[in-house]
Amino acid sequence: MKITKEEVEYVAHLARLDFSEAEKSKFTSQLNDILMYMEKLNQVDTAGVEPMSHAIALQNAFRDDIVKDSLGNDLSLSNAPEARGPFFRVPKVIE
Amino acid sequence: MILNRLTIHELQKLIRSQEITSSDIVKSVFERIDAVEGRVHAYITLMKEYAFAEAAKADKDIKAGNIKPLTGIPIALKDIVCTKGFLTTCGSHILHNYIPPYNATVVEKLKDAGAVFTGKTNMDEFAMGSSTETSYFGITRNPYALDRIPGGSSGGSAAAVAADECIASIGSDTGGSIRQPAALCSVVGMKPTYGRVSRFGLIAFASSLDQIGPFTKDVEDCAIMMNAIAGYDPRESTSVPLDVPDYTACISRGIDGWKVGIPKEYFIEGIDPEVMEAMQKAIKTIEGLGAACVEISLPHTEYCLAVYYIIAPAEASSNLARYDGVKYGFRAQDSSDLLDMYKKTRSAGFGAEVKRRIMIGTYALSSGYYDAYYKKASQVRALIKRDFEEAFATCDAILTPTSPTPAFKIGEKMDDPLQMYLSDIFTISTNLAGIPGISVPCGFTKGGLPIGAQFLAGHFEEGKLIQIAAAFEKHANLEKRRPVL
Repeated sequence: MKITKEEVEYVAHLARLDFSEAEKSKFTSQLNDILMYMEKLNQVDTAGVEPMSHAIALQNAFRDDIVKDSLGNDLSLSNAPEARGPFFRVPKVIE
Repeated sequence: MILNRLTIHELQKLIRSQEITSSDIVKSVFERIDAVEGRVHAYITLMKEYAFAEAAKADKDIKAGNIKPLTGIPIALKDIVCTKGFLTTCGSHILHNYIPPYNATVVEKLKDAGAVFTGKTNMDEFAMGSSTETSYFGITRNPYALDRIPGGSSGGSAAAVAADECIASIGSDTGGSIRQPAALCSVVGMKPTYGRVSRFGLIAFASSLDQIGPFTKDVEDCAIMMNAIAGYDPRESTSVPLDVPDYTACISRGIDGWKVGIPKEYFIEGIDPEVMEAMQKAIKTIEGLGAACVEISLPHTEYCLAVYYIIAPAEASSNLARYDGVKYGFRAQDSSDLLDMYKKTRSAGFGAEVKRRIMIGTYALSSGYYDAYYKKASQVRALIKRDFEEAFATCDAILTPTSPTPAFKIGEKMDDPLQMYLSDIFTISTNLAGIPGISVPCGFTKGGLPIGAQFLAGHFEEGKLIQIAAAFEKHANLEKRRPVL
């Protein structure tokens, strides 16, 4: 087994997801199959190979620091599930 | 003359000679939508009122002689590009009510070129899938066989073009999501070089792999669409500041004297025999055009799928962290605190495939596993890119099948993620290497299912792809079929 049910629970917490017991068992078995398949990569000798992060070699993309218009409060809040005044409203965060 | 069946360049001629108006075309397209959309379900949202209003504006421009390359042409957009004031769902419950406050750059560019938008097309949720079956808004059916999938993730955009529910459309391609559905629906689909088309306003899946591209009815239309959407965008830091050639100039150049690589790793057991037969014919067609087909090797091909299914989910797990029920989209009710709200929102808002990939990605990036998975995959990715660099040192383009099989039955692969992932086996390497690829129709199976051929070229060589695809399209002498709907 590459991944146990306990690890699935831990990773789910990291990803802010909740699963039922049935989903947990299904995911554990499917993730195991997928991770077993990934084992294939160990056949490849990658000693000294620089990991690639992007397909095109780009330098940092800088621009001049010029102030431009931003969305503004109304548009920014237009999709909010809950807003109050100029703020996004969320359940209580601190005791 | 049925206008919805015509290409962009055919309609443009009729517009320029003032034989037809944009309103005529839009009317024809929406009549077709009314007639077949109930069976195909290519769209999530239709923009009918907007389309007729825009067509009326285009008609004024046409009368005034102010005609641009896409003036008055009805174009559909995958529901992953942001449209100001119009619902943009990404096929997900978590964005089911999201109305973007801005347009994607590709939307602005198409508007600037005169396009009229017909609506937003169906897709696998967050572009994660190869069949358009994971959409929260229901499945799309293949216009050539309604009991089969249209491919994915841009299945709605491919089906809309194949069924004449638009003239051309926009898709996105992270591992084959334009080319595979194009092949399965008998249309042309191009994934440009990473950085060629701005991703500003494209809802992110895997940021080092995502790219926007067109679906069209022929290669000339693909060139017209590429002219409209390619180019540097200061708002997108990975878009590349290079001049864009006129792709339509590549249509009639031919490929005499070219060397076309046939990678032996792409002609393997497990390919459908009718696909293989179509590919053998394609090789003969290419040779008949004065090009030499030579066997080449891309030795790391067998690792592409494993590399992709580490890198794409890893990037997705990070990109999709933003869906937390705070700023936009769905929020679950009755939460005891903030953490509970996050978990309830995300668990109810994402579908099974998206959650599966978030889990794989989070695991691969988590402490203790990063080196074994993400770092290892990124190293093998460098070797895959090197394979292509070496191949393009000796040949102008590469020819492969787009998909190992024709369209499969609806539901056939939904319970086996690995089997589903294998449908992308010939398209994934392109995204990993960042090179451009195009799928063009390559005939039909005896049962009438479309087959696609894929051409690949080096970075920023989209012109070469248009050149070889146009020559192939003109001389392949393929069976002509229309979907019966």
